[in-house]
Amino acid sequence: MLGWGVDRLRADMNRLLAMLFHQGVLDEQFLQLQQLEDESSPNFVSEVVNIYFHESEKLLRNLRGLLMDREFSDYKKMGTHLNQLIGSSSSIGAKRVRNVCVSFRAASEQNSRAGCLRALELLEHEYCYLKNKLHELFQMDQLRVLAAGVTYPPQH
Amino acid sequence: MGSNSIVSNRWMSEKMNCLDLSPNSNSDNEEEEVHVLAVDDSFVDRKVIERLLKISSCKVTAVDSGWGALKLLGLLDDEEEDKSSSSSSSSSSAGFEGLKVDLIITDYCMPGMTGYELLKKIKESSSFREIPVVIMSSENVMARIDRCLEEGAEEFIAKPVKLSDVKRLRDYYMATREIRSVQSSSNVNKRKLQESFDVSTSSSPPSISPSPSPSSASPPSLFSSSAPCSPSSLDSPTRRIKMTSFD
Repeated sequence: MLGWGVDRLRADMNRLLAMLFHQGVLDEQFLQLQQLEDESSPNFVSEVVNIYFHESEKLLRNLRGLLMDREFSDYKKMGTHLNQLIGSSSSIGAKRVRNVCVSFRAASEQNSRAGCLRALELLEHEYCYLKNKLHELFQMDQLRVLAAGVTYPPQH
Repeated sequence: MGSNSIVSNRWMSEKMNCLDLSPNSNSDNEEEEVHVLAVDDSFVDRKVIERLLKISSCKVTAVDSGWGALKLLGLLDDEEEDKSSSSSSSSSSAGFEGLKVDLIITDYCMPGMTGYELLKKIKESSSFREIPVVIMSSENVMARIDRCLEEGAEEFIAKPVKLSDVKRLRDYYMATREIRSVQSSSNVNKRKLQESFDVSTSSSPPSISPSPSPSSASPPSLFSSSAPCSPSSLDSPTRRIKMTSFD
């Protein structure tokens, strides 16, 4: 019975991953990260992704803070933040977030505040979607590990 | 005798009585494991490169800035030593012993000191200029690549860095290290070197990548299309550039 649960979870995870790839939310770099997991580092992907979330949210807050300032003019600083976000997003395979950042950067290079505001909204939206889906994925993975750990009959 | 490195290498010292880092050392484990210094201001990227290197059987020390790297190497102190009456150019003359590394891999875009500036400082140093330096960057700007290669970078790798990139680097490094140690020492068994050289030439050509990676089929690689790999390419540092079209 439980074996069926593990298989079901795995199938659901694969389905979710396939969807995210199909949507272009994730790319092959994410697969590369999965290949780096093994017994010595079984949670590598979630560890790196959590660092990514933590750092990205700081950057997103900075970006919003810059743009909300009515006297904002430091497009260069905005570019620096965006470069960081572009780099880390590409390192984990967050393709759509990365691409939105690239357009955002283009808007900042044109010193277009309106363009930047629009790009920021889109970025926040994409980021939220990515975060939610990856959380879902990790939750399923945790359940799968738990389910796989239960043995019948119980050991004691 | 104390360890030469800041980062203590506990499992190593269990196997050896004393840390002998000379080229003629009989400690094969020391020789086989490549120690890489990874420099990147991004925490995410540091985690990834660290894992890539560890999985490729390299020892890794990761640092978040060029200044941090120079400090670890003992180069900052070296500069001060040179200004004084000390005439020795080796880092052993400094009161502070730096980290011994075989390869440095650094991000290009970093605040404070860029990877390019770090590269320059290393190549300007008499004690460290022999260490191969690899530059990573997510922006493949030709001018940037040229500038780095001209300054003496071994290679320029496009981010995101993949396992195949790291394995290729390690294989290349291992092959050239043997050649370098032969050139500097006369006691090495030349036949043994020739055998391993032949093995390396058959396994290192990047167009025949042994590790299957999801991306190996798709992106056009400047490397496999332009630079034909030949045995002689292992003698001199080849200026190989890997370009990946990300989208």
